[in-house]
Amino acid sequence: MINQDRIRNFCIIAHIDHGKSTLADRIIEMTGALTEREMQAQVLDNMDLERERGITIKAQTVRIIYKAKDGQEYILNLIDTPGHVDFNYEVSRALAACDGAILVVDAAQGIEAQTLANVYLALDHDLDVFPVINKIDLPSAEPQRVKDEIEDVIGLEAQDAPLISAKNGIGIEDVLEKVVSAIPAPKGDALAPLKALIFDSLYDSYKGVIIFCRIVDGTVKKGTRIRMMATGATAEVVEVGYFGAGQFIPCEELTAGLVGYITASIKNVRDTAVGDTVTDDNRPCDAPLPGYKKVQSMVYCGVYPADGAKYPELRDALEKLQLNDASLQYEPETSVALGFGFRCGFLGLLHLDVIQERLEREYNLDLVTTAPSVVYKVYKTDGEVIELTNPTNLPDPSEIEHMEEPIVEAEIMVTTEFIGPIMELCQQRRGIYHGMEYMEETRALLKYDLPLNEIIYDFFDALKSRSRGYASFDYDLKGYVPSSLVKLDILINREEVDALSFIVHKDGAYERGRKMCEKLKEEIPRHLFEIPIQAAVGGKVIARETVKAMRKDVLAKCYGGDITRKKKLLEKQKEGKKRMRQVGNVEVPQKAFMSVLKLDNQ
Amino acid sequence: MEKLPPISLYVHIPFCVKKCDYCDFLSAPADERVRQEYVSALVREITSYRETALARRPVRSIFLGGGTPSVLSVQQIGRILQAIRDYFYVNRDACEISMEMNPGTADREKCFELCKLGINRFSIGLQSPDDACLRRLGRIHTYRQFLDTYGWLREAGCSNINIDLMSALPGQHLGDYADGLHKVCELGPEHISAYSLILEEGTPLFDRYYSLHNATNGRGAGEDGFDSWSLPDEDEERGMYHETKRILAAYGYERYEISNYARAGYACYHNCVYWQRGEYLGLGLGAASLLSERRLKNTVDLPAYLGGRTIDEEQTLLLDEKDRMEETMYLGLRMMQGVDRNRFRETFHRTVEQVYGPVIEKYRSMGLLQTTDSHIMLTEKGVDVSNVIFADFLL
Repeated sequence: MINQDRIRNFCIIAHIDHGKSTLADRIIEMTGALTEREMQAQVLDNMDLERERGITIKAQTVRIIYKAKDGQEYILNLIDTPGHVDFNYEVSRALAACDGAILVVDAAQGIEAQTLANVYLALDHDLDVFPVINKIDLPSAEPQRVKDEIEDVIGLEAQDAPLISAKNGIGIEDVLEKVVSAIPAPKGDALAPLKALIFDSLYDSYKGVIIFCRIVDGTVKKGTRIRMMATGATAEVVEVGYFGAGQFIPCEELTAGLVGYITASIKNVRDTAVGDTVTDDNRPCDAPLPGYKKVQSMVYCGVYPADGAKYPELRDALEKLQLNDASLQYEPETSVALGFGFRCGFLGLLHLDVIQERLEREYNLDLVTTAPSVVYKVYKTDGEVIELTNPTNLPDPSEIEHMEEPIVEAEIMVTTEFIGPIMELCQQRRGIYHGMEYMEETRALLKYDLPLNEIIYDFFDALKSRSRGYASFDYDLKGYVPSSLVKLDILINREEVDALSFIVHKDGAYERGRKMCEKLKEEIPRHLFEIPIQAAVGGKVIARETVKAMRKDVLAKCYGGDITRKKKLLEKQKEGKKRMRQVGNVEVPQKAFMSVLKLDNQ
Repeated sequence: MEKLPPISLYVHIPFCVKKCDYCDFLSAPADERVRQEYVSALVREITSYRETALARRPVRSIFLGGGTPSVLSVQQIGRILQAIRDYFYVNRDACEISMEMNPGTADREKCFELCKLGINRFSIGLQSPDDACLRRLGRIHTYRQFLDTYGWLREAGCSNINIDLMSALPGQHLGDYADGLHKVCELGPEHISAYSLILEEGTPLFDRYYSLHNATNGRGAGEDGFDSWSLPDEDEERGMYHETKRILAAYGYERYEISNYARAGYACYHNCVYWQRGEYLGLGLGAASLLSERRLKNTVDLPAYLGGRTIDEEQTLLLDEKDRMEETMYLGLRMMQGVDRNRFRETFHRTVEQVYGPVIEKYRSMGLLQTTDSHIMLTEKGVDVSNVIFADFLL
């Protein structure tokens, strides 16, 4: 049995772009887990999309053997966590699988909103956190200022923090020594009944679901009959093992304190929910580990194939993606304007973006998505409560007693010169001010409660543009509050277009309606007849624009009988029509359905 | 001699004195040496058809187009026409021979000699009788020069003259435009082509218009102020378009094609060949042909053409039945008489309704198409948006 004193389970936490994944790569390199040739840039971010965007979407894990200066060999399990607020719950489960965390702070930028959010999350999980200062070779690096900031703001001892450059491999050994000395060894009971935390799972077409887990107590090996305590699913273990860099390495057994994987011919990741506890079906533990919750979709939108005939392909693609991503939800829906498609639920806008891109890239689908919506609670006069994910399904106002919308607690880190514009932005977005803390003389942390539906569209972009890219942002779902909400309908040529309806606060309805109409006027090409575009609330038109009738479209010249040139122009015209959606007798370009996302509020 | 179907010839002369600012056709200024070589290459191409089946068919029309064919000397044009007469079957009395001509490119003597060559129809690129408009288009001539050319051709006995006019020009207003139309009609040409200016990307006029538009942000400024440069707005443009038809009709010109008007009996035969899918052979750089249900195109590479290359095989398009039906519709509808139902049925063994029923009904109900027992044609309103309608006739 492996001596738990020689195990360290840890993760790296950081604000986006502070160098988390680069440090992980260097650690893996240092310990010889991979030759340099095998080493793709950033081993742990192994989806193309992750590498391109420079963010980690799924938790990745690797076991490293490190011979420390005390002469002992240690097993280091590095659990890389997702780097985005959308995946906060996954982050929290990954943290729960660790005993300590390395906090990476950029030597030039210092503490950012996610730095704080992640540190607090780690401390909430009783992790021992030590800071390292990265990018010290940058000309703008100010390691001492950052050290002081860490001590002042977070209260972590930072004067002896390793000064490193992950990019250039400087100071990596100091980090590993610190992992051994500062992070506690696990203290599980290998003889107790099996108790393991699922912090991720993925679907493999040969092995079925691969469960990523931390063994808290007990032992698991081939043949153990396991039970997932929350979902109730049971299965017989086929294989256990640990994580090499980029590969699964089978082993005899996993004992208390270790991090590894289990396969058991499980067909669906929904049976192995993140946060659930794995135990021995024949000898179960008393109680599951704390903190499990069912993942809730925060943002919904309609996803339709641009070409209606591709509906079966879209369904298959969603099915396959869901095998790996239990947080993706979908169910079929039908839109008058867009035909057959799916209402999909996502953890947040980034998650939506990522799924949409994967559908388009990996499955070669051309999609039309409707405006994202949050989940509203509709309290009906007859006592029924509806969780509304599609604005089209809003009951008649006469049947509604009141409605509630989700709000978030947001923290925005900003340099002082931009406090004004950012506060103005939050005000516009119906934010409720909860205070401001100065991090240091030039930077402050603003706290607001914001309605989720005000931040899912373009809040992040607006934030960046008003702070010249300097503001950082983090949020957490707080709950539901009553709100005066209305459904804004869009009528094109007097026909209501279901896919363009959205829910909006009463006070913002006129403004949004007007902008929607303006935007659609730009997007819809002229037809042979005049097209009114109207925004209406409860049947009452509040804004209107008109796409004037086309008065002339004549190709006059045809020189020397060169007909093919003419035909090409006609074909282009016809091809353009194909990429449109028919709404009544109006051809609406596909991108018009996403135009609600692009209403610039500046 | 057996009765062979007639054929038309198009001869492209890709040269001009100076390229006009709105022009995106295949044409450029060239020196005498290049022109001479080009004429030799053309003659060589014409000769290459010697004793082919094509050369035995009666040539019903020849069109010398460009560019500005009149930049060639009388001798050069004579060489070309002589080669055609030597190797093709041209009945002098039954052949329309047209040539495009720009004012300022021929003196009195040249006009007389061109007529002597047997050219019996001239198409003069006046564009506008307003010298300020001409300057803004980058044309080299004045109205005065046009009047000279026109007068000399009449003197020389030419009885079939077309005048090209453009509307919707920068700085043009409805009033001046109408005055200009009257002025031109009073001269009594047999044929008038009236086009709306289309700003083609990549032309100097396009660039100038947009840079000016951006620089002044839509308001007038500068020496040749923006006002004189601004394009007529939509209402005014439509006004000009409709004035054209009204005024020309009053002078006895009938519109027989979207942009072409003629006195009775003077419709351009060559032009109608294009719209009715008659066969034609294109000669010269980039010239297009329709032969045996193939659309062919000569190379647009001048050195290659001078070196003897003609047809660009990559551009050859074999027309299947679908292509032919489409063409029959979108070309035929350009003619005001429209598409002949019987001819359609004889050619394709189906009625036009069997193929295009819903489209015809759609635009008929919108008042854009009109149907009679024998024909299907655009209405006045349909002409305005003909492009949209044509695109719908693609299968």
